[in-house]
Amino acid sequence: MRRAEIVTAVLMAAFSIYLMWKSAELPIGWIPDEGPGGGAFSFWLSAIMLVCCVLTMINWARRTTPPSQSTEPFMDGFARNKFVLVGGGVTVMIGLVHVIGMYGAIPLFMLYYIRFLGRHSWLVSLAISLSAPVAIFFFFDVALRIVLPKGYLEPLFYPLYDIFL
Amino acid sequence: MEIIQHLLDGFLIALTPLNLAVVIVGVVVGLFIGAMPGLGSVNGVAILLPMTFLVPPTSAIIFLAALYYGAMYGGAISSIMLGIPGASTAVATTFDGRPMALKGEADKALVGAALASFFGGTLSILLFTGFAPPLASIALDFGDAEIFALMLLAFATFVGLSGDDIPKTIFSICIGLVFSAVGLDIMSGEPRLVFFDVIGFMHGINFLVLAIGIYGIGEMLWTIEITRGESAMSKAVFSLRGILAHLKELLGTWKVATIGSLLGFFVGILPAAGATPGSLMAYGVAKLTSKNPASFGKGEVAGVVAPEAANNAASTGAMLPMLTLGIPGSPTTAILLGGMVIWGMVPGPTLFVDETEFVWGLIASLYVANFFAVLINIFFIPVFLWMLKMPFTVLAPVIFVLSLVGGFAPTQSMHDVWLMLAFGIGGYLMRKLDYPLAPAVLAIVLGPIAEPALRQSLLISNGDFTVFVTRPIAGPITVIALILLFLPLLKLIRDKVKNKKASGSA
Repeated sequence: MRRAEIVTAVLMAAFSIYLMWKSAELPIGWIPDEGPGGGAFSFWLSAIMLVCCVLTMINWARRTTPPSQSTEPFMDGFARNKFVLVGGGVTVMIGLVHVIGMYGAIPLFMLYYIRFLGRHSWLVSLAISLSAPVAIFFFFDVALRIVLPKGYLEPLFYPLYDIFL
Repeated sequence: MEIIQHLLDGFLIALTPLNLAVVIVGVVVGLFIGAMPGLGSVNGVAILLPMTFLVPPTSAIIFLAALYYGAMYGGAISSIMLGIPGASTAVATTFDGRPMALKGEADKALVGAALASFFGGTLSILLFTGFAPPLASIALDFGDAEIFALMLLAFATFVGLSGDDIPKTIFSICIGLVFSAVGLDIMSGEPRLVFFDVIGFMHGINFLVLAIGIYGIGEMLWTIEITRGESAMSKAVFSLRGILAHLKELLGTWKVATIGSLLGFFVGILPAAGATPGSLMAYGVAKLTSKNPASFGKGEVAGVVAPEAANNAASTGAMLPMLTLGIPGSPTTAILLGGMVIWGMVPGPTLFVDETEFVWGLIASLYVANFFAVLINIFFIPVFLWMLKMPFTVLAPVIFVLSLVGGFAPTQSMHDVWLMLAFGIGGYLMRKLDYPLAPAVLAIVLGPIAEPALRQSLLISNGDFTVFVTRPIAGPITVIALILLFLPLLKLIRDKVKNKKASGSA
């Protein structure tokens, strides 16, 4: 936990400096008759962020906050395992949207989660995984007219478009 | 009497078939979301906001407000039956709710929670109806300096009152404000903070992307880590006769319920406080004023009534500054406020003038939602108990999928979906290190209002910051904000002095 605390503080401090530099692409000073420049607001806020990170580092060095005193690991085996399986699953799902679209990625992800992480029966897993995309299609594509990405599966949807849209 | 006329007109809007249906659906969904461990009103409102594009804006916000309400009722169900709060707002309910369930009095606890929620809700809506119009008419005179001072006050409450790590709280506020500044600079029209020249940042960072990332994906990762073991559910036996028998005892708790409601309402108005501290305070006061405080924690019904009255009252209290001043009183109302902007409304006191139908329709719908929530809650308790058995391994993927489509729908860009994932994972990791996340959500909603207000007032005052102190209304607000900002520092100094004295005399 202690190492995670200082690593995060340093990373966030670096991010603050990047934000300050990025804000400075626009004028950050006073422009006569226009008021503060477009970058001033975010520049000074990023500067405050940097100060906060430095304070967090000081707290870390003096061991005054709970995370800087904790000797527990930032993530134990259980947490890391779950984080990789679940977070990884969601990441792969979003990546797959680019290839096989929402309607390919969603049932695959649900099947993975319910059947393999949740260890439910095939019947339950398939019933939920296959009914969810149908409900989403009618809600978003049909009722809201928000066309969700289909990826390479687009041609399969042409007959559905003809009927419902 | 003008208020009553407006309220009657509001009821005509709230009772149209569509809005009535929307209230009932909202309450049921809210009860369910509130009852599920790990999900609270803020998660429900964030994840389901994109789904409300289906109905007109007034109905959409009525739905979300009903959901907010229902979630406050629902939180008690898992607090009592599982011993885990269904939402952080129901933490105090577990103190006595769980022991009652273990003693075999689950039915009394559940009915008590529902009736207390109804009492707290009703009392606070009456207060709301009385306070809102005058507050809005005062706020109509507010200029840019006053608006910015109010924002400063809202953020200062997080620093002075929330009790979180102070540098991390300020960091969270600032990062939310900076994210809100991404995109085109509204004053000069120039692109700014377009990270790595990725074109997706040109349209800015939608607040929903941050909200769904944190409250959908981040919250699920968090809950999966926290609830490792299986939870054991208590048994509850229900009969109409049993409920009637409890009513008499429950009526005796009206005093605790009133104290809880008032506390909840006024604490709920503060952005940093809200329902969770409100209900904890109500529990504390109930115990303090009780004739036998020793019975608390062992299954005292007053210990369920007080926090449940308070958390419902707080949710109404949080809407007061949202509707009248344009400053949300809680993360959930921050998301509602962001939704209002999406629906093309200008939050703030002008709503009471320009959108009277919307405002009074919403207020009337709160009465309606409260009425239905108590009915549905009491008569469908067995159904909710059955739903609580739904395994988390089914609920979690559903929430992830809803977050995915919900993150895509508002802007229809995959860039935002990836950003949402990054916020979700980043938020989860930072939450483990005690970084508070609610201030960032509030900040990204308020940023687009705070920045122009600051720049306009500085332009008018020619760069003179004293404008925030010298103007008659902005002055006191800024001073209170500054006091709150420096409150932690003063405490620190006082503790140091005390320590020195203590070591000096020893």
